[in-house]
Amino acid sequence: MSLALKFLSVYFFVTELSVPVNFIDEGITMDSKKSDRREFLKRGAALAGGVALGTTKTANAQLEGPESFQRGTDEIVGYGKRSRFVDSVRIPHGGRASPDAFGLDFHIATPLQDSVGVITPSSLHYMGTTRGSFIPDIDPEKHRLMIHGMVDNPLVFTMDDLKRMPSVTRLHFIECAGNRSNRRHTTIQETHGMTSCAEWTGVLLSTLLKEAGVQAGADWIVAEGVEEVKGASSIPMTKAMDDCLICYGMNGEPVRPQQGFPLRLMAPGFEGIFNVKWLRRIKVVDQYYMTYNDFGHLTQDPATAALGYQIGPKSVITHPSGGQQLPGAGFYEVSGLAWSGGGSVARVEVTTDGGRTWFDADIRGPAHKMAHTRFTFEWNWDGSPCELQSRCIDEIGQVQPSRAQAAEFWNQPPDQAPRVRGQDNSIQPWRVDGDGSIHNAIA
Amino acid sequence: MRLLKLLPLILLFGAAADAQSPTYGVGRTPTDAEILAWDIAISPTGEELPVGSGTADEGSELYLEKGCAGCHGTTGAGGLAPRLVKRDVGVLEDPWQYGRILPIRSPYATSVWDFINRGMPLGAEGTLTPDEVYSITAYLFFLNDVIDDDLMVLDEKTLPAIQMPNRDNWAQVPDWFPGQPRLQGYPY
Ligand code: HEC
Repeated sequence: MSLALKFLSVYFFVTELSVPVNFIDEGITMDSKKSDRREFLKRGAALAGGVALGTTKTANAQLEGPESFQRGTDEIVGYGKRSRFVDSVRIPHGGRASPDAFGLDFHIATPLQDSVGVITPSSLHYMGTTRGSFIPDIDPEKHRLMIHGMVDNPLVFTMDDLKRMPSVTRLHFIECAGNRSNRRHTTIQETHGMTSCAEWTGVLLSTLLKEAGVQAGADWIVAEGVEEVKGASSIPMTKAMDDCLICYGMNGEPVRPQQGFPLRLMAPGFEGIFNVKWLRRIKVVDQYYMTYNDFGHLTQDPATAALGYQIGPKSVITHPSGGQQLPGAGFYEVSGLAWSGGGSVARVEVTTDGGRTWFDADIRGPAHKMAHTRFTFEWNWDGSPCELQSRCIDEIGQVQPSRAQAAEFWNQPPDQAPRVRGQDNSIQPWRVDGDGSIHNAIA
Repeated sequence: MRLLKLLPLILLFGAAADAQSPTYGVGRTPTDAEILAWDIAISPTGEELPVGSGTADEGSELYLEKGCAGCHGTTGAGGLAPRLVKRDVGVLEDPWQYGRILPIRSPYATSVWDFINRGMPLGAEGTLTPDEVYSITAYLFFLNDVIDDDLMVLDEKTLPAIQMPNRDNWAQVPDWFPGQPRLQGYPY
């Protein structure tokens, strides 16, 4: 037996016994090398004899080790699971239960306060449905995508067909129209949790539309799902041909049922409702259809209509954020997410004095188009009360406004609480109190 | 070598196929019946409407029979589900002010037919016949004073012709092109 193999067999033996935490602790105690070595050897002998270990933990200043060692289970070998110490979860959003009394899921918000990097884990990706929805249980073998209407060759694709087509993989955020911060919110999950970002894999819609042969005058598509209300949205052909994706993959595995399994349309940078889930049909048409989804966004005001369509430049500091607590003065990395429906994030600025002075934040990793982009800012907190904000500037020069700036642009009377028209992309202020507690500072 | 082998094929199909639209030959042609069965989104001009007809008079009974009343209230209001009839506030100058009530706010009669057909009754979607949908739609229009004759026949021709009060009273979304700001002249 080689040394390595010997070691391995001991290792497996040890884990089988669920050795308590202090084995490692005591084994490498450095206070007195000699006696510990003797102790270790003794314990080794005890192990070899199959005797359970005592817990005569020596009082020393060592850091704690693991709580225990887990036996493998078939379930976890098959599909991994996060640590029992990680308890970040989604919450129902907007004051309506999900699931509700009928078992309908409506709006569910992502715990952005716990986010790191730019990918939202699929299990934590926000979810929205138009009117509350049951999640369809779809057999992908039977699922079909039909493209028809003003095309030369109407087509039906199986999932396997779609996977034969040239694919692309892209990071994209989605954001719900209801992602609107207000003064009653206390955490970022409430103020901003209706946006998430994932890696999406699928076929460009333009590839499929070219395959079908779009006819002259076909300026719109209607994309439709297969849930019980058959949610459908009108999307302009310019968008369909530009960068829409027909996705079967999400974060390296099939799209999750709550996100549209087995097929979802991605309309990057367009408001959430356009990203049709459980997609089964695309009809190529010559006019805006005013579907029920479209009706839900109907407004009388052209500016509001425009500002509720393509999402504006937006950012938010995820840490520190509302409800969190700084342990004391000193160094912190301020970290947040920025995104825009207009393209990639060009720059993010951070202020720690409520907007008097702004500094460039660092952009972490490549800034993808229509994707959450992580920014950070090195901050030494002196322990005095202050206010943190961030603002996003995107690649086409759009700047994230403060609520006051947006109100001023629309000549809102100063005695009115400012309301941002269309999708709310206003700056989120977080107030840091002297005791290190963080609060929503929307006035 | 490979290209040379492909050349005859390209020559063969080149005439029919646009050089910019490669044909992968994946997927099949749907049958007319398959298209018809799924073709449920109704355009404002009503092409997709199936043949059928109904009146508000018939709809008033179906509204009870099909369970609509149980959720939306017997008078179209007062149930747990959203109200389907405008409030009794007389004739408002701006019909938008009646509120977000589909059968009065929607600019097109077709949207109302379409939604009832695809989405109602909740829990038994897709069970109404075209005649039933025409009748119930007529009834909701009658309740909202969109039509004033409870014997008016709504069918695939008359329904799209109904002039909804907000027909031209709504904001269209802007023409969309890649890389454009979401609203010209708005810096944010
Ligand atoms: C089990 C309860 C239930 C039944 C039965 C039901 N509905 Fe509904 N209906 C709802 C709910 C809930 C909504 C709200 C959907 C939403 O939130 O977007 C709704 C929405 C609607 C709307 C759109 C309202 C709007 O302004 O957005 C119409 C129209 C409608 N129902 C008509 C009907 C008709 C006609 C019937 C009978 C054939 C019916 N409903 C039966 C629960 C019900």
